[in-house]
Amino acid sequence: MEMASRILYSSRQRMLKKRDDFEDVLEERRRSSDLRYALKCYTPSLYKGLVPCKASMLKTIVLQSDHLQYVIKQVSSESGDSSECVTEEASLILDEMAHRLQLSTVRFFAFTLSKAFKRLFRSVCVNEEGIQRLQQAVQEHPVVLLPSHRSYMDFLMMSYLLYMYDLPLPVIAAGMDFMSMKFIGEMLRMSGAFFIRRSFGGDKLYWAVFSEYVKTMLRNGYAPVEFFLEGTRSRTCKSLTPKTGLLNIVMEPFFKGELFDVNLVPVSISYERILEESLYARELLGVPKPKESTSGLLKARRVLSEDYGSMHVYFGHPVSLRSLAEGKINRSQYNLLPRYIPQKPSTDNHEFLNDAAFRLVRIQEENMVLKPWVLIATLLLQNPDGMDLSSLTEQTDWLRHLALAFGAFLDWPDHASCSEVISCSLALHRHLLTVSAGHVQLSVTEALEVETTPEEAVFHRAVVVLSCASYRNQILHVFLRPALLAVAMQSANSNRKDDIYNCFSFLRNMFSNEFILCPGDSVQDFEEACYLLIKRGVLQVLEHEIVMSASGHSTLAFLCAALDPFLQGYQVVCRYLCEETNENLTEKEFVPAVRNFALKLILAGRLKCYEALSSDLQKNTLAALLRLKAVRKVKVGDQVTLKVNKIAVNSLEDMLGGKIPSQKPALARL
Amino acid sequence: MASNSSNAQQRLRIIAGHLQKHTEDGNTSVAAQECKAEASRSDPSSLTPVPKRRQEVMKWNGWGYSDSRFLFNKKGQAEFTGKRYRLSGLILPSLKDWFEGTFGASLQHKSPATTTLNLSAVAPPNLNEPFMEDLKAAGVSASHDPEDRVFRAHGHCLHEIFALREGRIGRVPDMVVWPSCHSDVEKIVDLACKHNVCLIPYGGGTSVSSALECPHEETRSIVSLDTSQMNRILWIDEKNLTAHVEAGIIGQDLERQLNEHGYCTGHEPDSMEFSSLGGWVATRASGMKKNIYGNIEDLVVHIKMVTPRGVIEKSCLGPRMSTGPDIHHFIMGSEGTLGVVTEVTMKIRPVPEYQKYGSVVFPNFQQGVACLREVARQRCAPASIRLMDNEQFQFGHALKPQVSSMFTSFVDGLKKFYITKFKGFDPHHLCVATLLFEGDRGKVLQHEKQVYDIAAKFGGLAAGEDNGQRGYMLTFVIAYLRDLGMDYYVMGESFETSVPWDRILDLCRNVKERIVRECKERGVQFHPLSTCRVTQTYDAGACVYFYFAFNYRGLSDPVHVYEKVEHAAREEILANGGSLSHHHGVGKLRKEWMKESVSGVGLGVLKSVKEFVDPQNIFGSRNLL
Repeated sequence: MEMASRILYSSRQRMLKKRDDFEDVLEERRRSSDLRYALKCYTPSLYKGLVPCKASMLKTIVLQSDHLQYVIKQVSSESGDSSECVTEEASLILDEMAHRLQLSTVRFFAFTLSKAFKRLFRSVCVNEEGIQRLQQAVQEHPVVLLPSHRSYMDFLMMSYLLYMYDLPLPVIAAGMDFMSMKFIGEMLRMSGAFFIRRSFGGDKLYWAVFSEYVKTMLRNGYAPVEFFLEGTRSRTCKSLTPKTGLLNIVMEPFFKGELFDVNLVPVSISYERILEESLYARELLGVPKPKESTSGLLKARRVLSEDYGSMHVYFGHPVSLRSLAEGKINRSQYNLLPRYIPQKPSTDNHEFLNDAAFRLVRIQEENMVLKPWVLIATLLLQNPDGMDLSSLTEQTDWLRHLALAFGAFLDWPDHASCSEVISCSLALHRHLLTVSAGHVQLSVTEALEVETTPEEAVFHRAVVVLSCASYRNQILHVFLRPALLAVAMQSANSNRKDDIYNCFSFLRNMFSNEFILCPGDSVQDFEEACYLLIKRGVLQVLEHEIVMSASGHSTLAFLCAALDPFLQGYQVVCRYLCEETNENLTEKEFVPAVRNFALKLILAGRLKCYEALSSDLQKNTLAALLRLKAVRKVKVGDQVTLKVNKIAVNSLEDMLGGKIPSQKPALARL
Repeated sequence: MASNSSNAQQRLRIIAGHLQKHTEDGNTSVAAQECKAEASRSDPSSLTPVPKRRQEVMKWNGWGYSDSRFLFNKKGQAEFTGKRYRLSGLILPSLKDWFEGTFGASLQHKSPATTTLNLSAVAPPNLNEPFMEDLKAAGVSASHDPEDRVFRAHGHCLHEIFALREGRIGRVPDMVVWPSCHSDVEKIVDLACKHNVCLIPYGGGTSVSSALECPHEETRSIVSLDTSQMNRILWIDEKNLTAHVEAGIIGQDLERQLNEHGYCTGHEPDSMEFSSLGGWVATRASGMKKNIYGNIEDLVVHIKMVTPRGVIEKSCLGPRMSTGPDIHHFIMGSEGTLGVVTEVTMKIRPVPEYQKYGSVVFPNFQQGVACLREVARQRCAPASIRLMDNEQFQFGHALKPQVSSMFTSFVDGLKKFYITKFKGFDPHHLCVATLLFEGDRGKVLQHEKQVYDIAAKFGGLAAGEDNGQRGYMLTFVIAYLRDLGMDYYVMGESFETSVPWDRILDLCRNVKERIVRECKERGVQFHPLSTCRVTQTYDAGACVYFYFAFNYRGLSDPVHVYEKVEHAAREEILANGGSLSHHHGVGKLRKEWMKESVSGVGLGVLKSVKEFVDPQNIFGSRNLL
């Protein structure tokens, strides 16, 4: 407990810490020649021990590495293929994977992207202090860049900025799906992308080639390695539960003593308006993601004519892996095995990796710039019937102060009145709104065809709601902990601190696939929530009780409302599972079936929550239920079916609905 | 430096290039009684430069002889005083610049040591009267003079010397006894058991593991058992090439006396001027020329140790036995916790006909390590082969004495030009391996060629005998240099480890960087010196030796900072697959890592041996376990 509050103290420090200022990098681009810029002298500062080496040389180093040689022999003796044959295979994998960074391609991108960015964005703002820190970090130790992932723009923008600031260009782990965009795929490869298959579960050789390739680049300080902790673009703009595979690979050279340290640099990229906005919403509603293709990209030219507002890139403080691992990882566990022999990570390592990944994503979240529209979207979603402009203005201002008090990184214009800011935001996002006679409402703007089925109407409405939700989601991490506490207070049987904590802990556990909640931080999160609400004058925490202050009602109501779509959505999924009679419900059928179920409820007027239609929410609920063992996966033939423990699911639904059983759970920790 | 002669005087001069020029002081007062059963001590060559009252010729708060020290003279040039060493009386023109440049130190900022021992700072002895009376009756020489006691209360760890320089005296032994033979030791141990006093054996006093520190928690009377008067070679067996020696003999005496008979042990740890045979056994010592002669465990044939349970020894002088776990291995490395080693039968070899130094310059440390690895793979390592990193190479260079002629400096300039300009070696990356070959002339030359051929494959260039010899000199004068540093706010220490071949580069880099980082984080204002050398090679790995030193001006508790940094460096070593110690031992300094190093069961085994051999904890130094 003491430990927990110490950690909390440091996170409070972080909240109070002044964040860096931004510079608009497009300003210079609008003033001088893009061509001259693309052809500028590029001399990045390099890692101190770096022996420059070409991409082809890299391939040789990887193929001849002790680790790969060992795995090749192993695979060869297991499969019976000759080792030459396996080596050939490894070489092919490497060809498929490897980047071929070429300065000329980079210059081409520098030119075209300058043109494109200027059309798309009003400004691209970067914290130059972060760039300076990165410049330092790059020379000290090998660097791993960890940007958030909301758009395809992300990695183009990263490389663009690094080129601009004379930093070494990163090599970027990209999904194989880009490869199918023939020409573009090769272009990306020549600008530093390397491609990995989405799944290669048991393929030992693939894994060996892949991990050795990444580690070699890191060990030699060849270039910063860049990848997305979240694994894929977040369709909801909430941070995704981090994937630890690549993180493990980049950490291993430090664990094994091959590197003194690795600098992990979280980067937060935020968009005032996301290019893929409605695309994501449709995808969440079951319109499949279009396969990446060059022609698809050309169609996307249409997007070039629209206004996407501003974009912010925040380079966080480099996190030293050595400091992070201090006292948590016993590196001597690698002493007894030659280091080229792959070793399964110990439980300690696994926990550390997971914990580190969560913390890094939390840093990304905290440094994510929030635009005023995010506040407006939050309020509009809570008021589906719309709001008067005056009341919207008033409440936005109220919410702004609450968000700031909770440490939100809000980009609010300095010299503009609240109503100016709001009208500006409304204009940028007008396609999601109708404004008439001083009344603002979320709505379908495109004039609908006369003949629409009720189902179609629901989907159209849902697209708007989910698009809007993707903005609200950006700020949820700021309100999440207090909101969990607010809901817990509402549903607990008493004001007793331990009762409330138990409810809090239950909700936190339930939603840990939905939001970034570091495993094991339950007490700490609870304390943080209490701290923030006390500071705001919403709560009073007595020795054994937590009580609402007289003025706390509106804040608590707002916080509960912020979580409401998730509480409702999860309950819908639970209800579906309880009512579903099909014993052999397969995993594949799950999402469409829940969607249908929710659709029927909405059509019947029994459900107002359109977010229940989101496949992301549905999948997260299933993941939580699987984790809580209320649902089991059973493999029958090549089908995976879901076995539902209806009693358990039913009781979880009740608890989400605020019906907390009165018996005291045994795991009370306060 | 090549020498053809097997003449003892010649040999004397070449051995390690450091020994005394004269053995003039003949007045060592050996007051102990003769041990009647043993051979008489009439051999004049047994006169040792280290007398019973060590403080008469040795520093009480620094390393080595009182007459030998580095200082910066009025002109600001470094010189080494005295007449004992090759370096004695010489000017070292580049040392000042190196010293000031490396540490940011200045000759203006002095931190002189307390000159004389303040006897009033020494706590009065806690004497066990009945023990003293019995001891007197047994005729064993003893003293509770404060100087004698203070001298035996420490080894040469930095914190020990630093405290003495500041005049701070901690717990010291209450009494010193000087047994003069095995049976004296038996009597002392018997009486210690009878009267329950704590015994701490003392050999050369060169420990760097806090092994000689008196445990704070010890309430009994502490008696330092000084073995220095048991220093005779009892017999030499030329048929089997063995010598039977009393364990108190110090390295330089053992070698000199054996040389007079045409033999040597070849065991040359860096501390051999002062360290004793018994100390080597008790710490599992390693010598510079172990490639030819072996480490202490390879050299001993028979050990006699007096324990509270009685004497432990083997019954014959067979060269190898299969009689269960080797009892020698309970004795070696026991660090004074089980008993006192009194006599050792050691292997001896004829003095080699020819000895030659050499050196090779490599473009960088990686290449150097690769070369040493290849030499070890081909099992053709010379008597000694060491690889110094760039910082240590520059350190060694700073110790170059003033050149006597224009021509030499011209040649030096040419060499430097050839290596850095013509061969393109970066002076900030190049490193140097020092070599010592030994044997009959023909074979040495052949061997030399083989090693230089291997070196060439790794980009190594032969760099002459001088560089090689200076490299070895560094290890003998380093402790004197530390005293000089401490006069100017610079404190330093050395430590070592052993590590598999494939981890050497990573370990060296990480440990050196860890030191730099820790110093910075702990408020050290100046960049520290953090340097290493690969100092011994084995089939499966090597021994790595680190020096680290920093300018401590501006720190309120420099020793604390220093200890934290050293601790961090050791953690880094262990995390990178290095051992807790290759030859310095564990003592009290590294005790906390013993369990991790040898497993809980391993430690239990050692503890149960201690429990059986010494249930009363008479040998209460609390080292190791």
